[in-house]
Amino acid sequence: MSAEDVLNTYFIDNRARALEIAAFLDRVDRAEDAEAGKNDFRYKALMRALKILVECTENRAQALQLNFSDLSTEPRESAMGLKGAYGAWEGASDEDH
Amino acid sequence: MKIIDPHIHMVSRTTDDYQALAISGIYTITEPAFWAGYDRRTAEGFRDYFNHLTVFEPARAAKFGIRHYCWIALNPKESEDLNLAEEVLAVIPEYLDRPTVLGIGEIGLNKNSRNELKVLEKHIALAADRNQLVLVHTPHLEDKLKGTRLIMDVIRNEPRIDPSRVMIDHAEEHTIGVIKEKGFWVGLTLYPASKFSPAMAADMIEIFGSDRIWMNSAADWGVSDPLATLKAANEMRMRGHPETLIEKVFYENPKAFLSQSPKFRAQ
Repeated sequence: MSAEDVLNTYFIDNRARALEIAAFLDRVDRAEDAEAGKNDFRYKALMRALKILVECTENRAQALQLNFSDLSTEPRESAMGLKGAYGAWEGASDEDH
Repeated sequence: MKIIDPHIHMVSRTTDDYQALAISGIYTITEPAFWAGYDRRTAEGFRDYFNHLTVFEPARAAKFGIRHYCWIALNPKESEDLNLAEEVLAVIPEYLDRPTVLGIGEIGLNKNSRNELKVLEKHIALAADRNQLVLVHTPHLEDKLKGTRLIMDVIRNEPRIDPSRVMIDHAEEHTIGVIKEKGFWVGLTLYPASKFSPAMAADMIEIFGSDRIWMNSAADWGVSDPLATLKAANEMRMRGHPETLIEKVFYENPKAFLSQSPKFRAQ
């Protein structure tokens, strides 16, 4: 596909996705406990992701996946009571990614 | 075109979905054992499930001209209770010789815990003892990268397991490369939100090539689409990829991997 084909095919969908992200961030802003939301590890991971989108010049999808990943190497001591995933790593710091 | 969906959980789908698969050209499917949405409390509960997978679902599928195969295992979400895991592992060999069982799966990790690793090691040893194909579930979201690395280490520590007989499923952008490098097969899962869209899956074929890759719907009781493979195939067609490439990804590749089991016949 040419770049023009890519834009013709996928631009509207991705414009909508960008607006979804903007609306999501606005929703957090409107919440009574907005500051707590902004300190949540998932919010921080998303803000790092947006920075990656702007600064990264290649392999952006892989870079985003790494940004959201648990980068530790040791097995968890127990998974008792744990089933699902959060989508971001609570242990992440800006230096990790 | 004909498509094989090599990973779909029909136990949680309606009979209407079998009809939709059949009229859409998906005549061959394989169903790994998985989590029911709750933890089963006894080995007998697993025995009931394994009977369902090996008796009821093949019969339900056959009414629509679909060949239904399955994989037997204790899934990693129920691996934390080692006593129960031992009991279930003792039951599994009874099912491996059934005519539609292709191997051990889906095994792997969920939250990357030490007990999950112990149960994974036991499944891998069983697969080696019985010369079974292996279908691996990799963890979700933030746990996937670490879990994929731990899983590959466990498998590579078992010298009797040939990586070409192991499918590592639910791979994503950050794990596909390393899985392929180590000689395993790679599975891409098509989910509306949490995994690949048809467009992103087509991107992966363009970036990583089409060798040793399959795609599946992994349709289950969550938000998922049993016809997702058709949509991904159509995405590739829309981009101008040749029919031979599309057929390779959606039919010939799964057929090649699954045909390593002498029980498997694609239609």
